Amino acid sequence: MMSTEANNMLCDDCQKEPACVHITKIINQQKVEKHLCEQCAHKSGEIAGKGINNLFGSKLSVHDFLKEMFNYTLPDSSRPALEPVCADCGLSYSEFTRSGKFGCSGCYQAFSGQLEPLFKRIHGTAAHAGKTPKRGGIRLSVAQRIRRLRHELEQHVNREEYEFAAKLRDEIRALEKQLAEPAAGRGGMADGEPIG
Amino acid sequence: MANLLANLLKQPLTPWLSGSGPEGDIVLTSRVRLARNLRCQPFPGRAAADKLGEIMAEFKEVPTALMAEDGHEYAFVELESLAPLDRYVLVEKHVISPAHAAGPENRALIVRDDAGVSIMVNEEDHLRLQCLESGLNLMDAFNKANAVDDVIETRHDLAFMEHLGYLTACPTNMGTGLRASVMIHLPALALTKQVGRIMAVATQLGLAVRGLYGEGTEAAGNIFQISNQITLGRSEQDIINNLSGVVKQVVDKERTARSLLESDSRDALADRVWRAYGVLRYAQRISSQEALALLSEVRLGIDLGVIDEAAPEVFNELLVTTRPNFLQNLVGETALHQSERNALRAKLIRRKLKGGCNHV
Ligand SMILES: [Zn+2]
Ligand SMILES: [Zn+2]
Repeated sequence: MMSTEANNMLCDDCQKEPACVHITKIINQQKVEKHLCEQCAHKSGEIAGKGINNLFGSKLSVHDFLKEMFNYTLPDSSRPALEPVCADCGLSYSEFTRSGKFGCSGCYQAFSGQLEPLFKRIHGTAAHAGKTPKRGGIRLSVAQRIRRLRHELEQHVNREEYEFAAKLRDEIRALEKQLAEPAAGRGGMADGEPIG
Repeated sequence: MANLLANLLKQPLTPWLSGSGPEGDIVLTSRVRLARNLRCQPFPGRAAADKLGEIMAEFKEVPTALMAEDGHEYAFVELESLAPLDRYVLVEKHVISPAHAAGPENRALIVRDDAGVSIMVNEEDHLRLQCLESGLNLMDAFNKANAVDDVIETRHDLAFMEHLGYLTACPTNMGTGLRASVMIHLPALALTKQVGRIMAVATQLGLAVRGLYGEGTEAAGNIFQISNQITLGRSEQDIINNLSGVVKQVVDKERTARSLLESDSRDALADRVWRAYGVLRYAQRISSQEALALLSEVRLGIDLGVIDEAAPEVFNELLVTTRPNFLQNLVGETALHQSERNALRAKLIRRKLKGGCNHV
């Protein structure tokens, strides 16, 4: 995330020129801010191309943004031999870092070992908190609810609220039984979470 | 079906651009887009032509299913069946993206009769479904998009992982796949040179600010797009509420700037907006950039009660009708030179402003 704005702050790198590029990154859920002059920003590769003085005509595309993100994780592109390749679409991890685009949904599995830091840098987190598809998603939302209940249970135990904790434990057991049932039983299940 | 599309192409004002709706004088439209993909197919960027055709065919029944749901008419349009010009009119009306219009082979559009719901098939993702509302009304737009998504997911196996959400071609869209955006007209903040500062704040809050026609375009006519950047780790409601909240604050700032302009420099402002009106009213040639800039000032004059000779909707309508491809489409087959287009645009605006008076 980046903005340009004129003020009298000095550049973090050279400490001479006024900083005109302000970059906010989210690294491991920590906000990191950097203020650079135009020259140092170019040198550090924090910005792509020119035109940074115009916020709205900004030349910073999603592509450049991703490239910058990847450069951060991969200082050099060594060890191509160990590189993962998606079995479904044939895309290699280095192809992905070049284009910034996945080839199919299987890529998310194939590169799962590499992706979490990237997701965290783009979104500040790597865990979905939104809608779950209804179809085939019933099991997913049950699993999600179990996780949430376990967390709650832990808190109640910590607070020594055993009666309430026991209730939660029973609820979790019931849900786990549901999950263990074969898929044919799905139709009879209650819809876990409110959707949307 | 052909009628539905013909109407859509010729009609200057789609309902969602009518200027009605909450804060409709400043927020032109609210849009919600959901990116969705099939589980076992390559994303469009990596699919061969026959694969793309197969994927497109899989969604042919979606219009029927949607019709059964909300009673509206829907059309399935293969983009290749449209003349290039028609495709670009759809871009100017924000129904499809420029990228979608540029490569029509094996790409399609599913569109509702009022253009309030549209689905691009085989854009960057298999499905990009979008809902539009007039004014600041993101929650309604989202609820509509969500209902359409529900209809689709009961019939198609979508790519989804419990901990990563909906899987998309680009990691910047994953999770909710939700991009919410508003088109907002900020002439007073522009005149008082506050736009940059306010937009820098919006950027720091995780929002993106762009010009009227998307990434890399100019903020023509003081119209900006504000949208969410983060799509993972927050619920749909949180994303919508956050954006709505920021937009409401920007609207307040614009209103404050307007009343300051009115109280401090009403005469200077009146001179300026009437001059803009004069040019639009009498010019014989006008470029689309100049038209947008002047229309923005005139709209401000109308909103502040300085100009009483035209209705606010005129501005919204001219926003569409003065675009190059819409103009070209009006005259049909013969290709217009730029100078001809500029003359036609000027004529159209003159006629509209003349006809827009109360006493006609
Ligand atoms: Zn410096
Ligand atoms: Zn793949």
